[in-house]
Amino acid sequence: MSQIVSEENIQYDAGEYDVIVVGAGHAGSEAALASARMGNKTMLITINLDMVAFMPCNPSLGGPAKGTVVREIDALGGEMGRNIDKTYVQMRMLNTGKGPAVRALRAQADKHAYHRAMKETIENQPNLDLKQGIVDSLIVEDGVCKGIVTFTGAKYYSKTTVICAGTAARGRIIIGELRYSSGPNNSQPALKLSENLEELGFELKRFKTGTPPRVNGRTIDFSKTEEQPGDEEVNHFSFETPDDKYIPVKDQLSCWLTYTNEHTHQIIRDNLDRAPMFTGVIEGVGPRYCPSIEDKIVRFADKNRHQVFLEPEGRETNEYYCDSLSTSLPEEVQQKMLHSVAGLEHAEMMRPGYAIEYDVVAPYQLKPTFETKIVKNLYTAGQTNGTSGYEEAAGQGLYAGINAALRAQGKEPMVLKRNEAYIGVLVDDLVTKGTNEPYRLLTSRAEYRLLLRNDNADFRLTEKGHELGLISDERYNKFLEKKEAVINELDRLDHTRIKPSDEVNEFVEAHGDKPLKDGILASVFLRRPYVTYNTLLKFIEPAEKPLGRRVVEQVEIRTKYAGYIKKAEENVARMKKMEAKKIPDDIDYDAIDSLATEARQKLEKIRPRTVAQASRISGVNPSDVAILGVYIQQGKIAKIKK
Amino acid sequence: MATTTDFDTIAAISTPPGEGGISIVRISGDDALKVISKIYRGKDLNKVASHTINYGHVFDPDTNEDVDEVMVSVMRAPKTYTCEDVIEVNCHGGILATNTILQLILSYGARLAEPGEFTKRAFLNGRIDLSQSEAVMDVIDAKTTRSMKAAESQLEGNLSRLIRTLRQQILDVLANVEVNIDYPEYDDAEVMTSKLLRENAVDLKAKVEKLLETAKQGQVLRDGLATSIVGRPNVGKSSILNHLLHQDKAIVTDVPGTTRDVLEEYVNVKGVPLKLVDTAGIRETEDKVEKIGVERSRKAIASSDLVLLVLNYSEKISDEDRQLIELTNDSKRIVILNKTDLPQQIDVDEVKNLVGAENVSTTSAIQDNGTEPLEEMIAKLFFTQGIQSSQNDVMVTNARHVSLLHNAKESLNSVINGLDEGLPVDLVQMDMHACWESLGEITGDSYNGELLDQLFSQFCLGK
Repeated sequence: MSQIVSEENIQYDAGEYDVIVVGAGHAGSEAALASARMGNKTMLITINLDMVAFMPCNPSLGGPAKGTVVREIDALGGEMGRNIDKTYVQMRMLNTGKGPAVRALRAQADKHAYHRAMKETIENQPNLDLKQGIVDSLIVEDGVCKGIVTFTGAKYYSKTTVICAGTAARGRIIIGELRYSSGPNNSQPALKLSENLEELGFELKRFKTGTPPRVNGRTIDFSKTEEQPGDEEVNHFSFETPDDKYIPVKDQLSCWLTYTNEHTHQIIRDNLDRAPMFTGVIEGVGPRYCPSIEDKIVRFADKNRHQVFLEPEGRETNEYYCDSLSTSLPEEVQQKMLHSVAGLEHAEMMRPGYAIEYDVVAPYQLKPTFETKIVKNLYTAGQTNGTSGYEEAAGQGLYAGINAALRAQGKEPMVLKRNEAYIGVLVDDLVTKGTNEPYRLLTSRAEYRLLLRNDNADFRLTEKGHELGLISDERYNKFLEKKEAVINELDRLDHTRIKPSDEVNEFVEAHGDKPLKDGILASVFLRRPYVTYNTLLKFIEPAEKPLGRRVVEQVEIRTKYAGYIKKAEENVARMKKMEAKKIPDDIDYDAIDSLATEARQKLEKIRPRTVAQASRISGVNPSDVAILGVYIQQGKIAKIKK
Repeated sequence: MATTTDFDTIAAISTPPGEGGISIVRISGDDALKVISKIYRGKDLNKVASHTINYGHVFDPDTNEDVDEVMVSVMRAPKTYTCEDVIEVNCHGGILATNTILQLILSYGARLAEPGEFTKRAFLNGRIDLSQSEAVMDVIDAKTTRSMKAAESQLEGNLSRLIRTLRQQILDVLANVEVNIDYPEYDDAEVMTSKLLRENAVDLKAKVEKLLETAKQGQVLRDGLATSIVGRPNVGKSSILNHLLHQDKAIVTDVPGTTRDVLEEYVNVKGVPLKLVDTAGIRETEDKVEKIGVERSRKAIASSDLVLLVLNYSEKISDEDRQLIELTNDSKRIVILNKTDLPQQIDVDEVKNLVGAENVSTTSAIQDNGTEPLEEMIAKLFFTQGIQSSQNDVMVTNARHVSLLHNAKESLNSVINGLDEGLPVDLVQMDMHACWESLGEITGDSYNGELLDQLFSQFCLGK
């Protein structure tokens, strides 16, 4: 955007930190907070202080997999869950008709409030300095990162550095024929950092993402759309947010559903010659799961309409986000396209949609701690690692921030496994499989998703968060109370018999089941689809202390789905066996003739740490894994090395 | 496999045993040359070019006496079957000479190869891939041309093609389930209801079961149908045995160099490989006219898929006969009324009454083609419902495949049961996924990203 008149600056020593985090988006904010809370003197430097934790795309958080990540962040002591609970305008649980593994909480955010709340938290965090500045290069000596140099010549030294550059990294916005250098939402791009990373030997990829136009709500005819209100039922993301803080539905803001039509599609088709997606202007690879509207029309030509969700961007603005109309068509075409949609006939477009291309560090260059393989003490997170989405970014930021902080303190790293958290799945997918498009978490990426539920994130990760010093003792004790209550009640139900009384049998027969002849354990009875914990209480004594709804939720899920949970745990046990087969660090794949060429190349590039990790690399076939396993087990590797 | 013994030097007789013109003893491994050099007189094999044949003698270093006149092929790694140094000793074909040479090789540093171990090394050393090696093993093991065809068809990928169609069907279902989960607000994908999922599971189960039905035949084609011939002394068991063994129908006899308690012989009966159990026992009891070895018969019957019970056409049914009929009541059985060339004494109706008319065959083992009706009957028993005409269809012959198909079927049962219990689709999906993986293990397909590709090619999604 801005034209550089003079590149001259005189470098000066500006200070020393334990940890420096570059970029204050969703990844950087979490990384910096975690580091500071773990006791490190931390600096968070970002291009524009008015865009801390800004949402340049959709004004919402959560949904399948992503919502679970927010709860995982919360359980590890991250900020995203608390911050959205302070600033949401609508809360909905999705997938309620399906099983517990895939229920997904989603919030519509007031994006401005969200930014302000996060900035305030960061500003008030002891040990943490928030600064505005553009990082031009890293100070690297003997393959070790020692700090950063800014646009203005400031040299900051640090023990570890985390880069969360997002779409600012050599960002380029595209709207029709127009192309210009820019970060997200017309902010300053970071041009030099990418060059510096390339000089250091990193392979960068070019990705693309996009955002739809925003329209003024005053000019939307909502009567032609379908209202989507929030939930009556109380749900929050953070363990810490009390139920009574829930905003009543009448005070929440609604979303509105409308549809494109043949006319819309015709406008798009007529202008495909001006669509950068198809004219070859866009070089970056875009995400399949979040295609632009022009991409949808071309790829799914037989569909005569597509949904469009109109989402409020906040309480103090009239801007509405036209979800599912992401586009980089010329501005005038966007305008026409909008006006063809029911309810938007007279909509005033406030901001056009755009595509943005940016640089990504190909994630095979990362260790499972997110430290780079080439430069020691340097970590990367968020979109820089090839992902898309605020939640994916925040999860990675927290993860990289924790590991950078641990390294700065000379401690062992924290690695989350695929069976422990969606964040673990995300990390392993990135460093093992890499990605050819902006990576989004989906529940189907997790092979143990029944174990990675949004209702049990606290059970999975609070302990770790507490050990790291990110979860307060007070909260930890509350968690332990909940845990104890769940375990006690499960145990009680395992030892309580329900007698085949008339009352019970009347109930059973009313649900079309055969009457009981003998007594039945309460836990077994609870497994019946028509029995809930509350119906159970009609037939057995209540627990000593009345149970909270979150405890009841756990008791029900763990009892009803015990069989499937057990299956998933058996799968985990199998994987662990493979994880136990470590691959020696100095293995020479060229010496194993038996490996297929593609497998050999992939193994050499990614250098997996275990046979299990090797098996997840695409292009490494089961027979290659078998050979690798045999060689390692038989010490043949050692023979080869001679 | 024992991990410590792999990649050492192994040896075995590579030609079918018996009185052939020549026999070959093969050695493979780093020490192959060292071993042969100790017992070979002739050129210095360490100095000859690779892939040459060299004339000389094998001798016993203990006695310094020649054992046999031989031609020794020297093939150095890596361009050999196993990718290791390979030595092949061509010797005169007698069992004694061949065995002595093998024994010498084993005493001077090699280990007796396990069945298929040369092929295993070819796989481990990267010369052939897993599925090829499986097929090679099956071709080696194939007992008749028909089983050869099944293995070849597998090599060509008929089974893989069929399995991949099944997997595609599962993938479509899974993609629908997943898309409903990950994009709950989008109306692009049909909602995968319990009903739809159940219909698919039932359909898939029927297909897997059909494949499993062929597995029984497949296993027989591979391993042979264990068959015992029982009957009291002098009813003509060994004539029937000899008749079956004659006309070049014998395929293999036992492999020397290994010891087995019970000698097995294979015969090819109209494409069905019969593995004759305890042929030694048959000969013994016949030759020595011992009292009937009921215990021995009992053992043979227990380990058989098929029992040929021989009765004498020219004598009345004896108590021993009745005892044997009772013993074999639970077995798949053909009752042979032998010696039809002699006057009838047996009450055929009584026999048919006792064992069922359709299971009775009359033969005269001493006449040519006397066993023809019996052979027809065995073939009919095996290739029921026109399976013999289904040679182009897929037949599952590999034990690993069979067990994976069983797993797949189990998973489908769990899907159906889970749905019937009213469990949500996304839980039941776990079993559907397990089924998909079991089938994938058969073809050796990895599933990396496949599901996601399917998802994105099929549905229009995205917020």
